[in-house]
Amino acid sequence: MIMHGYVVRRLSLGLAQIVLVTALVFALTEALPGDAAVVLAGDAPDPGRVARLRHELGLTGSAAERYTGWLLGVLRGDLGTSMIAGRPVAAFIAESGPPTAQLAAITLLLLVPLAVAGGVAAAVRPGRALDRVISGTSVALYAVPEFALAIVLGAVFALRLGWLPPTAIGAGGDLLADPAVLVLPVLVLLARPICSISRLVRGGMIDALGSGYAAHARRLGLAPRRVRWAHALPNAVTPAVQQLARTTDWLLGGVITVEAVFVVPGLGSALTGAVAARDVPVILALALLFAATTVTVNLLADIAAYRLAPRSDGAG
Amino acid sequence: MRSVHRRAFLGAATGVSAALLTGCGTTATSRTAASGTPRRGGRLRVAFAGGGGQETLDPHLSNLFVEASRSKALFDKLADYGPDLSVRPRLAERWEPDPALTTWRVTLRQAAFHDGRPVRAADVLYSFARIADPRRAFRARAGLAVIDLPGSRAVDDRTVEFRLRHPYAEFPNLLAAFGVFVVPDGAEDFTRPVGSGPFIFTSFQPGRSLLLRRNPDHWDGAPYVDELQYLTANEESARIGALLGGQVDYAHDVTPTTARAYQDDARVRITRLPGSGMQAFAMKLDRPPFDDPRLREAMVLLADRRGLVDSVLAGHGQVGNDLFGKGYQHYAAGIPQRAHDPERARWLVRKAGAEGLKVRLDTSAAAGGFVESATVFAGQLRRAGLAAEIVMGDKDTYWTDVLDKGTLCCFRSGAMPIESHFAQRLLTTSTTNITKWRRPEFDALYAKAVSLADPGARGRVYAEMQRMQHAEGGYLVWGFADWLIAARPGLQGIAVSPANTLDWARFDKVWLA
Repeated sequence: MIMHGYVVRRLSLGLAQIVLVTALVFALTEALPGDAAVVLAGDAPDPGRVARLRHELGLTGSAAERYTGWLLGVLRGDLGTSMIAGRPVAAFIAESGPPTAQLAAITLLLLVPLAVAGGVAAAVRPGRALDRVISGTSVALYAVPEFALAIVLGAVFALRLGWLPPTAIGAGGDLLADPAVLVLPVLVLLARPICSISRLVRGGMIDALGSGYAAHARRLGLAPRRVRWAHALPNAVTPAVQQLARTTDWLLGGVITVEAVFVVPGLGSALTGAVAARDVPVILALALLFAATTVTVNLLADIAAYRLAPRSDGAG
Repeated sequence: MRSVHRRAFLGAATGVSAALLTGCGTTATSRTAASGTPRRGGRLRVAFAGGGGQETLDPHLSNLFVEASRSKALFDKLADYGPDLSVRPRLAERWEPDPALTTWRVTLRQAAFHDGRPVRAADVLYSFARIADPRRAFRARAGLAVIDLPGSRAVDDRTVEFRLRHPYAEFPNLLAAFGVFVVPDGAEDFTRPVGSGPFIFTSFQPGRSLLLRRNPDHWDGAPYVDELQYLTANEESARIGALLGGQVDYAHDVTPTTARAYQDDARVRITRLPGSGMQAFAMKLDRPPFDDPRLREAMVLLADRRGLVDSVLAGHGQVGNDLFGKGYQHYAAGIPQRAHDPERARWLVRKAGAEGLKVRLDTSAAAGGFVESATVFAGQLRRAGLAAEIVMGDKDTYWTDVLDKGTLCCFRSGAMPIESHFAQRLLTTSTTNITKWRRPEFDALYAKAVSLADPGARGRVYAEMQRMQHAEGGYLVWGFADWLIAARPGLQGIAVSPANTLDWARFDKVWLA
């Protein structure tokens, strides 16, 4: 019953957050210099032409009118059409969604076991060689910006050694059809979250293994392996689960860099293009999608944390 | 992230210009390392910066380099520019004016659209009317304003008679202007475009890939390659990476730094297209401080042009002489090259009482080299005792932002005939007159030039106009950038011709060896 009320409260809060994010993104887009007409006019900014473009693109109404119009459309299930291309916004999302979803899914699938294994391995004998190697590497790797990492990995593994394709150019919408193009982007996306999560698991494990109940379990004669995986780990991963949710938010940002460097035609590329073109309906739809994903994932993480360790209030 | 060239527009001609027709359409463009005889077949993959999901294949909406190149693969214009920006006939076989230069008769060659229909006078008139539609905002519209379209007519299927609103010797230039492609009568939907160009549409994913196939019946000879695929990579590092990794055969627009890094790499051949981009600083002459001719002169003397070309363009370019169009038809090559004279400049600054003057220099990442050139030039100004301040603007809206605001800004222009540059930027009525150069005597010279049928006489008037610009104009043209193309050594027949001309980014005359 408590759980149920909590979910309802969080859901309504989440909806409000999503609407607020789109309003904020709209306001920020309005605050950007120029509009779609100015961008389209490019280096031929004849003022008469800019005015005609503005009229053609329907940019003549007030900002409030345009945002309300968009919001009402969304409530009817209509995401609108691209201001520039005239194609439905839903088509943009249908084309760009799968590559990003594939990148994110593969990253998360690899991230969880690798980070947990790394964290546990480091925690077994804190301060010893294995821990020092894992901890040192992860701190160092965490400090590398993903743009730099992407360029370096591409230069070494694609251009110098020739083991992997340097970009996903021409791969089309289904990256799984040519899995080699996924390797470098996934490595870059994994690098930072694997460090932060394994550090959290390590810390949680050290605390848990040193706790009274772990000591008690060992005194009862349970195998160290059993104590480690069945008793200490569930407590140790609670903060990590919430960090995993933050990682999903981070992935949505990370894909923008990774997609640009490796020419992946995903949501990040779509967003970059839409912002540069000031294509407001496409920007808003992507903001909606990103906000909804973030809110949902965080909600699920908090519920999971609540179930794993009911004593925490799960609202972190 | 670097996406400097993402929205690198062409600075294309929408005006009008000079050139007499020489008869046939063969051009004498030099081609790089055209070793051996052309080979047929294969799929050519070319990488450009693109416009994302917002891209369209409507040739009249072309704005970006990739759109210009795609349009020329799918469609034809009546005429196009040769390497010196003189006009070459294309779909038009020939043209003749009446003695008053107000009625031009254009004869079409025998050509067909991809669906088999012949290219007729009605298609030409429809295309021009579509671009000139006053309710719409096509880029080439302003240039076509001189044509009285209701008064123009199809004499027969292969002959168009254009009626002009005033005498206009440079009319053929309009036929070659940027974006003036001939589409079939009534065409409005370009999701599966039908043109008359050397390649036929196969499939399109906006912002990703455009696949075309060879048009075996093209009037100018069928392409050598079987297929042509345009791939989009906005980051320059990705374009060069894809080339090195064998994912593409041709990478359009690489930076001078990249060209230097790979000049000895066997996997890459760099082709330089000289005279592609004018690099300048534009001073506004209608407001302080550059309404003072002494300060204007001080600026042009302060610019160390060689230094700018060497550092900003890494040597891939030529120094400028404050005039547009070096190497193009009608360029006033006889005007002495401006020297670097900081001493006289300092004396002029003192005389104008402007020591320590705050000079605001607008720049942005709207074009490659802008920020670098602003930094270098600001240093040169500071050494002369001026307080130069660089202001970074938004790259997507830069051109509108600097048109009327500020006093000094980075400026560039793609290739266009010199007369188009005059018409678009230097007349009192010009809509993109960024230097605010408004001289009734200059306007009068322009009107005189375009009413002269003799190209030699016209050239003499253009030379006089360029002398005025050189002496008092607001463009500090410091250099002309080479356009840099990276390609696999196996790609043969790449023409050396400035960006925006017919042979630039043209893929029907290249082959995979």
